[in-house]
Amino acid sequence: MGTTVAHLKRGQKGIIKEFADDFLPIKLLELGCLPGNEVELIQIAPFQDPIYINVNGSHIAIRKSMALLIELELIEDVNNR
Amino acid sequence: MSKQINIALIGNPNTGKTSVFNELTGLNQKVGNYPGVTVEKKEGICKLPRGIKAHVIDLPGTYSLNTTSLDESVAVEMLLNKKDKNHPDVALVISDVENLKRNLLLFTQIKDLKIPAILVINMADRMSRKGISVDIPLLEEKLNTKIALISTREETGLDYLKELIADFKNLSVNQNVDISGIDPEYFEKLKGTFPNEDLYKLWLVITQDVNFMPIEKTLIKDASSFETKSTSELKRLQQKETILRYQFINGVLKETYTVDAMAAKGIRASLDKLLTHKVFGYLIFFLILLLIFQAIYDWSAYPMDAIDSFFASASEWVKTTLPAGVFTDLLAEGIITGIGGIVIFIPQIAFLFLFIALLEETGYMSRVVFLMDRLMRPFGLSGKSIVPLISGTACAIPAVMATRNIENWKERLITILVTPFTTCSARLPVYLIIIALVIPEGRFLGLSYQALTLMLLYLVGFGAAILSAMILNKILQIKNRSFFVVEMPNYKLPLLKNVAYTVWEKTKSFIFGAGKIILAISVILWFLGSFGISDNFKNAETIIQNRIDTDGFSEFNQSTMESQLAEYKNSLNDGIVKKEYQINEMHFADSLLAKKTTLKKIARSQEIASFKLENSFIGYAGKAIEPVVKPLGYDWKIGIAILTSFAAREVFVGTLATIYSVGSGEENTDTITQRMAAEVNPQTKKPVFNLASGISLLLFYAFAMQCMSTLAVVKRETNTWKWPAAQLVFMSVFAYIVALIAYQFLK
Repeated sequence: MGTTVAHLKRGQKGIIKEFADDFLPIKLLELGCLPGNEVELIQIAPFQDPIYINVNGSHIAIRKSMALLIELELIEDVNNR
Repeated sequence: MSKQINIALIGNPNTGKTSVFNELTGLNQKVGNYPGVTVEKKEGICKLPRGIKAHVIDLPGTYSLNTTSLDESVAVEMLLNKKDKNHPDVALVISDVENLKRNLLLFTQIKDLKIPAILVINMADRMSRKGISVDIPLLEEKLNTKIALISTREETGLDYLKELIADFKNLSVNQNVDISGIDPEYFEKLKGTFPNEDLYKLWLVITQDVNFMPIEKTLIKDASSFETKSTSELKRLQQKETILRYQFINGVLKETYTVDAMAAKGIRASLDKLLTHKVFGYLIFFLILLLIFQAIYDWSAYPMDAIDSFFASASEWVKTTLPAGVFTDLLAEGIITGIGGIVIFIPQIAFLFLFIALLEETGYMSRVVFLMDRLMRPFGLSGKSIVPLISGTACAIPAVMATRNIENWKERLITILVTPFTTCSARLPVYLIIIALVIPEGRFLGLSYQALTLMLLYLVGFGAAILSAMILNKILQIKNRSFFVVEMPNYKLPLLKNVAYTVWEKTKSFIFGAGKIILAISVILWFLGSFGISDNFKNAETIIQNRIDTDGFSEFNQSTMESQLAEYKNSLNDGIVKKEYQINEMHFADSLLAKKTTLKKIARSQEIASFKLENSFIGYAGKAIEPVVKPLGYDWKIGIAILTSFAAREVFVGTLATIYSVGSGEENTDTITQRMAAEVNPQTKKPVFNLASGISLLLFYAFAMQCMSTLAVVKRETNTWKWPAAQLVFMSVFAYIVALIAYQFLK
């Protein structure tokens, strides 16, 4: 398993590569979680679950089990705050 | 003669769709159910230009036509079925300007169904703040539609929207995306088999089952027999479809939608940092909860007192004005009291829903769900269970209905089953009176024992809910995928109009949902308590008169009458001293005598009423169950009160008042409390209401399922009698055992 959304640190971004299809609900894709789109981690709840991300402009929270299914490629953190 | 057309409102959650619905329909709206399913149907009437009337249906918020819940399935069925009487002549797809890209997914799907659609872009007021600009004419061209740029907050653009709707016949019905691209071979075959149907429509029907539990399909049954693809293949194709659609959307928006990246990041980021913080997030939430409960407690006291006295006097008025008889009694004591019992809870319930609606409108509630999800999961609950659990402290009925947004069926079922454990407002009158009776004075850490006990009871209720959830989680074998997505919308100031509508809707559901049942049972119980077939009952007046003649009035009544008479005497003397009137000694004695006679008459009728109740149907029932409740420390009188509580828990207090022959027009709780304190068990010679029996009673009410209305709602929401029956049995048995242990241990 490569780097997934579950591995992101706060403020880190990544580009979605692919996911373990069959178990990922179509709703997630419809919200913009598609290969090629950017994901940023905004906040993690205590116990690392759920995870609050900004994916393609959609601000959503998902459970860790789902985040582990979304593989991505990290974008090196460019300081843009 | 005005024409009537059908409009459907559809859109993502958090786009202000509800505001649009409210703007279009005003107060001409109602909420019902789709036939045969427990899905809420929200509809209204809208007046459009040129005399056209429109029937508007507000469909559940959804991100796409690929359904993930029963609500959405019902909506999609309506869109697919041209023969459905609610099938729209025009669809308004509501989107918000900041999330336009995502919103357009749904839009392209609607367009592909060949339904005339207008794109409504809401929240135009935020555009400058976020540096967003949209080329509307070009967008209209690329999407083949008409666009209304509106702001429900500032109430702009709505007239233009209505014009567009009135003009719906001129909307294009060309599709946006040609989905045959995702698997040309497959779609060729489909087209060949069903040459007269739209490809996208067929595709939707085929894939519906893939995503979701089966529902009654009234549509193209043949299509499902065409499944030559496996579930995973279909899913993969769906993903391709989504990607294809987004490709189209990205292309369209590239030329028409620009964001100035230098624009302010917005307060969402900073607020989120604070409100979802590992420590402060929870602290803040806890403080907000405390504030809410305190406010509700304080604010609802006044209206509740007012309502109480209003109904008490209404009842009295009926009894004195209308001719004596059965019907008058039914009206005064069955119906009016029953309705009063329902109305008195409206302030508390309305206030709680006001706060919850405010939290939801601002967007804060999503953050709460985010914070609570991980904590709730070990108990089989979801973060989304927090709203029903909190709502349960007002009333379990709207709370159970609020579970509809929990996607996971197991989590939803568990939430429905355990919510009634939370301390609802109906339990409060019972708690308060028992606590006043049996909990001693004294303080601990600055709080009185009585207040502490009340708090403990709330915690016990909540604890029981969580624990049973945990047990249910282990026992229930329901397979399901953990599927949890919560959108975290922008923070915004609540639109008071929407908040008001929501509060009204939820309160209405309590009034009519619980109201009918409470009223019906109140009347039945009134009947059972007012009639009896025994000789004792028939001859009550004579028997009591004899008793009074030989033994005099009951001790309690005697002392009460004495003090009341003394009070009257004093006020007479006062009046004389203040020269308000002049009377001589003979008149003074006459007044006193008259007063004494009146008091005796009242006491006599009270004792007769009490005796009659003892010997009525329900009195016999109470005596019959006495052996069952004795181990819990109750006598048959309390037994009667427990039985009548099945109408509504708070009826307990009123019933005890009647049994102990305390007048109903009295300064209620004080007199009743005194009377109850004086009640002594004839066998043990000890007070009936002591610490042991009091606590046993409190615990019994905390856990027993006595609310028929809740059971009715649970039945509706779970679509079977199995679950409410299980609830009734489990909770009652549990309550009995706990009360038993408590009493035996403490006595």
